Amino acid sequence: MNAPWLDWLPMLLDGTLITIQVALLSAVVSIVLSALAGLGSLSRYAVVRLISRAYVELFRACSLLVLLFWVYFALPFLQIELSKLMAGVLAIGLNIGAYGAEIVRSSVSAVSGGQREAGIALNLSGTQRMLRVILPQAAVRMVPPFGNLMIELLKSTSLVYFITLSDLTYEAMVLRNNYYVWTPYIFGLLLLIYFLISSCISLVSRLLERRLAVWR
Amino acid sequence: MITQIEKQWYDESAENEAGHALSPSLRPAGGKPIVRFRSVRKSFGELPVLKGIDLDIYPGEKIALIGPSGSGKTTLGRMLMTLEEPTAGTILIDGEPLWAMEKNGKPVRANEKHLQKMRGKVGMVFQHFHLFPHMSVLKNVTLAPRSVLKLSKEEAEELAVAMLRKVGLEDKLHVYPSQLSGGQKQRVAIARALVMQPKIMVFDEVTSALDPELVGEVLSVIKEIAKEGQMAMLLITHEMEFAREVADRVIFGAEGLIVEEGKPEQIFTNPRSERLQAFLQRFL
Ligand SMILES: Nc1ncnc2c1ncn2[C@@H]1O[C@H](COP(=O)(O)OP(=O)(O)OP(=O)(O)O)[C@@H](O)[C@H]1O
Ligand SMILES: [Mg+2]
Repeated sequence: MNAPWLDWLPMLLDGTLITIQVALLSAVVSIVLSALAGLGSLSRYAVVRLISRAYVELFRACSLLVLLFWVYFALPFLQIELSKLMAGVLAIGLNIGAYGAEIVRSSVSAVSGGQREAGIALNLSGTQRMLRVILPQAAVRMVPPFGNLMIELLKSTSLVYFITLSDLTYEAMVLRNNYYVWTPYIFGLLLLIYFLISSCISLVSRLLERRLAVWR
Repeated sequence: MITQIEKQWYDESAENEAGHALSPSLRPAGGKPIVRFRSVRKSFGELPVLKGIDLDIYPGEKIALIGPSGSGKTTLGRMLMTLEEPTAGTILIDGEPLWAMEKNGKPVRANEKHLQKMRGKVGMVFQHFHLFPHMSVLKNVTLAPRSVLKLSKEEAEELAVAMLRKVGLEDKLHVYPSQLSGGQKQRVAIARALVMQPKIMVFDEVTSALDPELVGEVLSVIKEIAKEGQMAMLLITHEMEFAREVADRVIFGAEGLIVEEGKPEQIFTNPRSERLQAFLQRFL
């Protein structure tokens, strides 16, 4: 007997689109937060450093699932109601951003002090040193760990299943109810689709690295 | 400076010569010093590294700073480049304090804006080049003229190419630093600093990180620049031959003090202090 692949595809496609949507939006949120908190940790202003460190420590430590529940189920009590999509994006963005901030911070500090000093000797301003000298070199170091982090992010999007956002995992669970005997195939397909999306992330990351590191 | 022996000489000359730390025989004719160190001290935590430096450098003067490892030569140069802040004392550039400024009629610690203004007059070439690895040779040299001096791309490139020609690298414009030899890297670093036309340039052991066979090309470039004149140079070096050839004045420092200074002939052929005699022994 043949598996009814064709019956599944529309639902899986819908789910895949939602998953990609969640992943892309939370990637944007997390990358923005990474940059802010990562550079903030290196700020010369103590307040900015403190806020950045507090964010990193707090959101790195808390379970993503609990955070997701908190954003979706607890915030409404504070009169903040978010759609399932926005709740998912916010929770994942906050959590992954805390890890990303560490990547940004360590990559920027890994650029040698000599580069900063050469910038000073040429009388570049602090902003010019950061934008023209330090960040371009730090970016090359950031790309591979950020690639990994984005794959991590993709995988964690499946948690939105628990707030019943109809992502890929959710659709697969629905299919499993309807086609119980095909469970191994359905979940096999699910794994394959996640694998394909994360391969795309790896590919982009590798191309970006090669692009940014032409000078090496 | 200043040793006990020379303290006396200094006090006298300071009185007689209205604050000139340099004896008249060594002072170039005319002009005010471009750089003055006044009782400059520097400690790193508990460790005193410079213990009271008095030094005047005149426009266009080439000074070689020699001395044993750890005597504080690099620290002296770095203070002039605003990479270290003195613990005490004053550094004046063109008569204006480097590390202090006036605010509401009171002297206060220099802010970034003041430092930036002062930095325009100073340049530095480092032992380990510190080229920007992600930029082509040409970009390395045009970055500061474009972002700091606000020159147009064409003006900056014209200037940069001229400088790179001077250091013999006009055929490497579009190469990344990783593809250059050490000697070539250092020559790019020199061009990059020169293009900002500082009034004084610090060269901190610019050949120490090079393979011996590459030292010559860098030193000859510096000699060429020295001949052109207008820019003062503070040459921190272990190359005694070079110091002798290029310098108008040689300064010997040890343990955070200037022990002896004089014309190259005097320093190298007729050193007075025992410390200097012992130091020079090692280079024979
Ligand atoms: N940032 C720093 N923190 C602590 N100690 C420092 C620092 N920079 C320099 N020192 C110390 O200050 C002393 C003088 O250092 P400096 O580099 O100025 O000597 P130098 O004369 O340039 O020596 P060399 O000929 O080896 O380059 C050394 O004992 C060094 O360990
Ligand atoms: Mg040194």
